[in-house]
Amino acid sequence: MSNQARIEENFSLEALQNGDPAEFARVVEANSGYVYRLAMKMLQNPQDAEDILQETFIKAYKAFPNFNGRSKISTWLYRIATNEALMFLRKKRPDTISVEVPKEDDGDEIQKPIQIVDWCCLPEAELMSDEAKKYLGESVDQLPENLKMTFILRDIEGLSTRETAEILEISETAVKTRLHRARLQLREILTSYYRERLPETV
Amino acid sequence: MKDHKHDENCHHFLDSLSDYVDGELKAELCQELERHMADCDDCQIVIDTLKKTVSLYKEAAEEPAIPSDVRVRLFRRLKLDDYLGEAQKEVAE
Repeated sequence: MSNQARIEENFSLEALQNGDPAEFARVVEANSGYVYRLAMKMLQNPQDAEDILQETFIKAYKAFPNFNGRSKISTWLYRIATNEALMFLRKKRPDTISVEVPKEDDGDEIQKPIQIVDWCCLPEAELMSDEAKKYLGESVDQLPENLKMTFILRDIEGLSTRETAEILEISETAVKTRLHRARLQLREILTSYYRERLPETV
Repeated sequence: MKDHKHDENCHHFLDSLSDYVDGELKAELCQELERHMADCDDCQIVIDTLKKTVSLYKEAAEEPAIPSDVRVRLFRRLKLDDYLGEAQKEVAE
């Protein structure tokens, strides 16, 4: 199978490697939406997200001659964007990181569920109120960086375990473990939030 | 004594909860977990709230597409102005 045949959306790898602007514009058109969304989820700030968006495609344009077509273009762009966002966060960290949030969390220990409260019965209007939606966005930021990236790619962006592993350059097993730990931590965070909203009689 | 055994059982399933939520747990373990949940309200609640956690984030993730001014500035930065389409060229002026 030729490289070109393996690329989705019928982009011409040859044209991209030769710097063809029309073909590059098609790639930008097809992929800029999710790159921007990903950057917004990771950085929670429109201006920073726009910077990451632009840097991602500038890097991609320069790197196309070295792109071998073994990954999907979207996976490759996700990887560039993820790395850009991580670099950005690391540069920014000394001023803004909270001491309570560890930057990495590589332990294998799965933390036992602490809060056993059933808040699933809350009405949809309460679960998805404007305030709750805002809280959902902010709460992902409370995760350690490596759990956050995994959670965003797998559960928010809906990528497969395999693609996520490729983007983060870790094993599929590591993706699964990190995702599980991220979800358990977020379950605790959401339980703290929603339990306050349960009717007092429950 | 009963409580202690109960705890161990719950802990035994802890690693498998995400696989269960994703429907990827092996059939045998899945049945075992479901049998356990029938007798264990705590695990049932953990599973229900874990499922709900995942689905709420998925639901909240559906956001509008890239704002048109952001798109226009991206194309300009990449020197792809010619490919913006006429209607879009005015947006970020």
